[in-house]
Amino acid sequence: MEKNDAKKKLKLKVSAIKDGTVIDHIPAKSLFEVIAILGLDKIKNQITFGTNLESGKLGAKAIIKVSDKFFENDEINKIALIAPHAKLNIIRDYEVAEKKIVEIPEKITGIVKCFNPKCITNHEKITTSFKVINTSPVALKCKYCEKITAENQIKML
Amino acid sequence: MKKDLISITDFSKEEYLRIMELAADFEANPNQELLKGKVVASLFFEPSTRTRLSFETAINRLGGRIVGFADPDSSSATKGETLHDTIRMVSNYADLIVMRHPLEGAARYAAEVSSVPIINAGDGANQHPTQTLLDMYSILKTQGTLDNINLFMVGDLKFGRTVHSLLQAMSEFENPIFNFIAPESLQMPRAYKHHLEERGIRYFEHEEFTDIISEADIIYMTRVQKERFSDPMEYEKVKDVYILNKAMLENTKPNVRVLHPLPRVNEIATDVDSSEKAYYFDQALNGMFTREAIISHVMNLK
Ligand SMILES: [Zn+2]
Repeated sequence: MEKNDAKKKLKLKVSAIKDGTVIDHIPAKSLFEVIAILGLDKIKNQITFGTNLESGKLGAKAIIKVSDKFFENDEINKIALIAPHAKLNIIRDYEVAEKKIVEIPEKITGIVKCFNPKCITNHEKITTSFKVINTSPVALKCKYCEKITAENQIKML
Repeated sequence: MKKDLISITDFSKEEYLRIMELAADFEANPNQELLKGKVVASLFFEPSTRTRLSFETAINRLGGRIVGFADPDSSSATKGETLHDTIRMVSNYADLIVMRHPLEGAARYAAEVSSVPIINAGDGANQHPTQTLLDMYSILKTQGTLDNINLFMVGDLKFGRTVHSLLQAMSEFENPIFNFIAPESLQMPRAYKHHLEERGIRYFEHEEFTDIISEADIIYMTRVQKERFSDPMEYEKVKDVYILNKAMLENTKPNVRVLHPLPRVNEIATDVDSSEKAYYFDQALNGMFTREAIISHVMNLK
């Protein structure tokens, strides 16, 4: 009973959309990075978001609702590094038409900075590229310097 | 598709063996005009006289011509030109680029930009694959095989790129045994031990440099460098522990050979030089034959 009330309250905080994508379970601290990675700050679609919402698992979570936007898997998986537990609801005509979870891709191109200060990618304009050699915790092997950037060393570009 | 040599793992075991075969051929007959009419760019964005002379002698013995620079002060890189632009320009002029660069990953990037093959002659602390191939050729020449080698690595096993690459290459062969002798602070990194474990290859770790070397076929010495230590006291403690002297070789196997990538500081006492087990100077000469072999292989000259 209590749980249902909490759920209802949460829903009320962010208004519903007719068609589009709801990205839930984003760690609150990563909200603006997620917005930047998905380029949501550059599109004209109607977007609402809520942040610092209560969530048992994440501490404080954020939620983004983008109207009339449906992401390709490659596109949405880019946020997996900073929002590994993110869940997507694809909404069509106010109903959840499909649910998706994000998955860490095998290769990460751009997005992440190599932690090695002596890496060529930190000295010249080069798109970074990493092979994901472990997913939990995340470990990324730089294609250029071959050093491994660990989860706690990951910085976004 | 063009062939580059950036990391030792770019080559297969078959290619390692092909290079060994070619190196033996060049050792028997070093002057072969296979690069006649070709121009090789030798780009040393960081000075390394030893490696450069070895490469440039190899190119000369193959009859090729050399353009390039030996030190970054004379290069366009110091005038603010990007590596990208330098490589684009030079790859229009030359048939092959040999490059050394202080930044890690520079050679891999150059290979993407260049239309001609790139041979990595060292990219910072990352890779130096021609050193590894000459080490392998030295092992093959002195032991008659690359299988069943008991390889002792001594000194700085944490930061020493030569030992990491040699470990990766030798783990492709039959039944190697690795023995690591290093202070606690400079031990072989976890990732490389994991590499061996995955392949079911035996290795042993020791902190003491003792008569355990009596089992060795190869003793690969490295420098313990002061700048690697955050605590100077720690360096003082270990700096004289990992020194090999002639007396220590007394009870070793007759076939054992001592290798070192050079230059040495004090980690091999000079009295070792007169021992028949000292091989580091011959190892350096093997470098020239191996580089002739590598150039021939990437350019499909033979
Ligand atoms: Zn890197």
